[in-house]
Amino acid sequence: MLTPKNYEVLGLSEEEYQRIIALLKREPSLTELAMFSVEWSEHCGYIHSKKMLQLLPKTGKYPALIGEDSGGIIIDGFSIVFKMESHNHPSQVEPKQGAATGVGGIIRDIFTAGARPMALLDSLRFGSLQEPYNKYLFTGVVDGIQFYGNCVGVPTVGGEIYFDENYSGNCLVNVMCIGIAKQNKIARARAQGKGNLILYAGSSTGRDGIGGCSILASKEFKEGEEKRPTVQIGDPFTEKCLIEATLEAISTGYVVGIKDMGAAGLTCASSEMAQAGNSGIEIELERVPLREQNMEPWEIMMSESQERMLLCVKKGKEEIIEKIFSKWGLNANVIGEVTNDGIVHIRYKGKSVVEVKADDLTNAPMYDVSCTKPDYLNQINSLDMNKIAEPKDYNKVLTKLLGSPSIASKEWVYQQYDHMVQTNTIVSPGSDAAVLRLKGMNKAIAATTDCNSRYCYLNPYQGAQIAVAEAARNLVCSGAEPAAVTDCLNFGNPTKPERFWQFKKCVEGIVSACQFFELPVVSGNVSFYNESPKGAIFPTPAIGMIGIINNIKRTCTQYFKKENEIIILLGICKEELGGSDYLKEIHKLVRGPAPELNLGFEEAVQETAKEAIKKGLVSSAHDCSEGGLAVALAESCISYKENMIGAVVDNLDFSIRTDALLFGESQSRVILSCGARFAKEIKKIAERHQAPFRVIGRTGGNNFKILDKRKEIINLSLEKLSGHWRQALKKIIEI
Amino acid sequence: MRFGVIVFPGSNCDQDCFYAIKDVLNQPVKYIWHKEMRLGNFDCLILPGGFSYGDYLRTGAIARFSPVMKRVVDFAKRGGLVIGICNGFQILLEAGLLPGAMLRNRSLHFICRYVFVKVENNQTPFTNLYRKNQVLKIPIAHNEGNYYIDENGSSELKRNNQIVLKYCSQAGESEDRFNPNGAKDNVAGIINKEGNVLGMMPHPERSAETALGSRDGFFIFKSIVKWLKDK
Repeated sequence: MLTPKNYEVLGLSEEEYQRIIALLKREPSLTELAMFSVEWSEHCGYIHSKKMLQLLPKTGKYPALIGEDSGGIIIDGFSIVFKMESHNHPSQVEPKQGAATGVGGIIRDIFTAGARPMALLDSLRFGSLQEPYNKYLFTGVVDGIQFYGNCVGVPTVGGEIYFDENYSGNCLVNVMCIGIAKQNKIARARAQGKGNLILYAGSSTGRDGIGGCSILASKEFKEGEEKRPTVQIGDPFTEKCLIEATLEAISTGYVVGIKDMGAAGLTCASSEMAQAGNSGIEIELERVPLREQNMEPWEIMMSESQERMLLCVKKGKEEIIEKIFSKWGLNANVIGEVTNDGIVHIRYKGKSVVEVKADDLTNAPMYDVSCTKPDYLNQINSLDMNKIAEPKDYNKVLTKLLGSPSIASKEWVYQQYDHMVQTNTIVSPGSDAAVLRLKGMNKAIAATTDCNSRYCYLNPYQGAQIAVAEAARNLVCSGAEPAAVTDCLNFGNPTKPERFWQFKKCVEGIVSACQFFELPVVSGNVSFYNESPKGAIFPTPAIGMIGIINNIKRTCTQYFKKENEIIILLGICKEELGGSDYLKEIHKLVRGPAPELNLGFEEAVQETAKEAIKKGLVSSAHDCSEGGLAVALAESCISYKENMIGAVVDNLDFSIRTDALLFGESQSRVILSCGARFAKEIKKIAERHQAPFRVIGRTGGNNFKILDKRKEIINLSLEKLSGHWRQALKKIIEI
Repeated sequence: MRFGVIVFPGSNCDQDCFYAIKDVLNQPVKYIWHKEMRLGNFDCLILPGGFSYGDYLRTGAIARFSPVMKRVVDFAKRGGLVIGICNGFQILLEAGLLPGAMLRNRSLHFICRYVFVKVENNQTPFTNLYRKNQVLKIPIAHNEGNYYIDENGSSELKRNNQIVLKYCSQAGESEDRFNPNGAKDNVAGIINKEGNVLGMMPHPERSAETALGSRDGFFIFKSIVKWLKDK
């Protein structure tokens, strides 16, 4: 049995407990204490991160929308609403349900904004697949995503998957959802209007997930702890019905506000809706439908049972709303009403159990955190190139890189996801970005998630800038104009000064890059405490980005289209190997300076690619990223299975080390292919933007060849490359 | 031509079918809620894909008890055109309108990708615009598409020319290695003996426009219109 003295069990500090007493001017009741513990947790209260997050830009090229639980941009009378969120700790504990409920939670954040969820992307990171537990996590997470996403009818169209030892003990599962709504149909997460009614809709409340946000998400993993009971169980069928019922309810115009009961459940939904609406709220707890017997008030308030929503409905219209939910087989009933006193009143069987100002609950303390540059950086930032032996057989190196789990084709994964439902997916997984048409318009949106955490580990500021730049580059390569950002900031324990320094530098990096590209950060999520006895994860600020394609016909993909076309490299190959996959996979080194990035130069390259694609001059465009130039070229040859096209690349500048030229990860590079007659015009565009332009070869044949003058550096058959790249992940998993 | 798209709770391709009929095929179409006790006036009913009732039990096993299914059966018995796509096909099997059953894919994974299927029978209301043996590029997305029928049933299907679509290679070879899910005899779609009820695992509504990667599925719908007009 919990008593108020058990604040530590709930995850509160002595100091915070004293602060609660000072606010209330009395001892809190058990239910009140439980509510404070979740609202003041890192997960809900952003107690260590809020100050930094305030620096993120909120405006950009397109009009931005910033809602309570998600945000978006406006184009042509439509709101594109999107957000990315983490479900790392639940997935580490119970991968299938952890990932499934991660998908469910983020979808709810989108449709409670009145937007129809239209796409999902997943940014996933696991430890090495050599360890059986990581394999279990990886396959479990994929299973959870397909189980939930396929059933709920929202296509999973893209994302990224990396494998690295640093995620052993703490995997990352970040899920992004995109939705669309008529601009004037956007719903808010607030309770307003004295006498308006508070409705509870969806599944009944059980004991699952109690403490999910405060105990599980806001603490490090320690040895030998059993946290499975804090993970919730997902029901995608109920969610599908909830989507339809909620959108139908919102379309009546009688819904004043609506919020998902996700993390911190009823506590978070009631207090934050009251606070957002500048109102108070009164709830009769015995009216909450329960699925377990003898639940205590604090348990009802803390439960994180899935697929539940809280609505504020205009008085007198509750029956209409209840009927809509009932049509979809869902429960909806009045559990309280809106007041104008700013207080959250919770009563249980006639007795008051909570009487707290909504502001007190929702204004979690903000902590100034001390921050120190970590010592490890001095040791790992140097890289003596002379000590790195150049390989003799480049065919072997390329083959090995293409077969490494982070670079290998993710076909085994995305073929398990329904990526076509809703019939908007015009570029499926397997290109630089996913592209979704907007029905009834000649427009499309492109979406991607990106972050190379190794760069962030080596240089958090620059690594975060690169994550933004690369996401934008991916969108540009698909023919889009980058428009807005959501971020999911995954870090270790913020109370450790070295970890907080990483966080601070990464946020500063995102701020500078987003300001430069005029991209608003419209939504996001912070996940701290991603560490286990094995250590902290690499700083991983995952960037989700949306771009607009104004003419759907100018959508572009990464694979070569025709034989005998010109291959162009925009950008420069520098002699840099720091943080590369080549260094890690071939030389077993994670060190060096992160690749350089100059935002102005990046812009020049992106503008060139963008303009050339817009003018219809380009057949394919592909960003050079992990694995460098050779991997990017190989991918352009083999990634479209039905029509693979070879290449002869015989005009590279071999004045730098061959390994750096082929596998270095210099930023701001794009590979284009085009019909011979368009090369000149592209060159002119590049000159105007002052972007380096070089014709490096031609498409055609059944092999991928790189030549230094006449000497073959790489020559591999497409069949061999493709088989190896496509089968690698499957082979590792299905041993 | 009046099309009706049945909506079960958990259907998730209902809106896609609706869009394909209304905006691509330019024909009138209405949604039919699964609790409907009376059907309106329709020429063709579509049972769409999805996870009716969550499909936590055997796929389609609960949907077949939906009130509307009685009407669907009556409509089919009277000779009305019914097409079940993916989960719709599974429901038609459970409802006894088509013979056989679905097992889990032999890979034990959900599979979503483009496949090739061959038109084995083009003398149906649903396939009359294809050439016999024409190869279609069309996507599948399912967990349970591994069609099973016993030997007697299988010979009957063949004898009556009820196999309409078979998985094959791009060149039209219907060998087992081009079979994505283990379906018996590479069966991707079958028709009832009377020739008015079609079940198919691939999604024609997802391949009805070039922008989506293929327009081969469009002619399933277009065939229906032609057949109804010529009737």
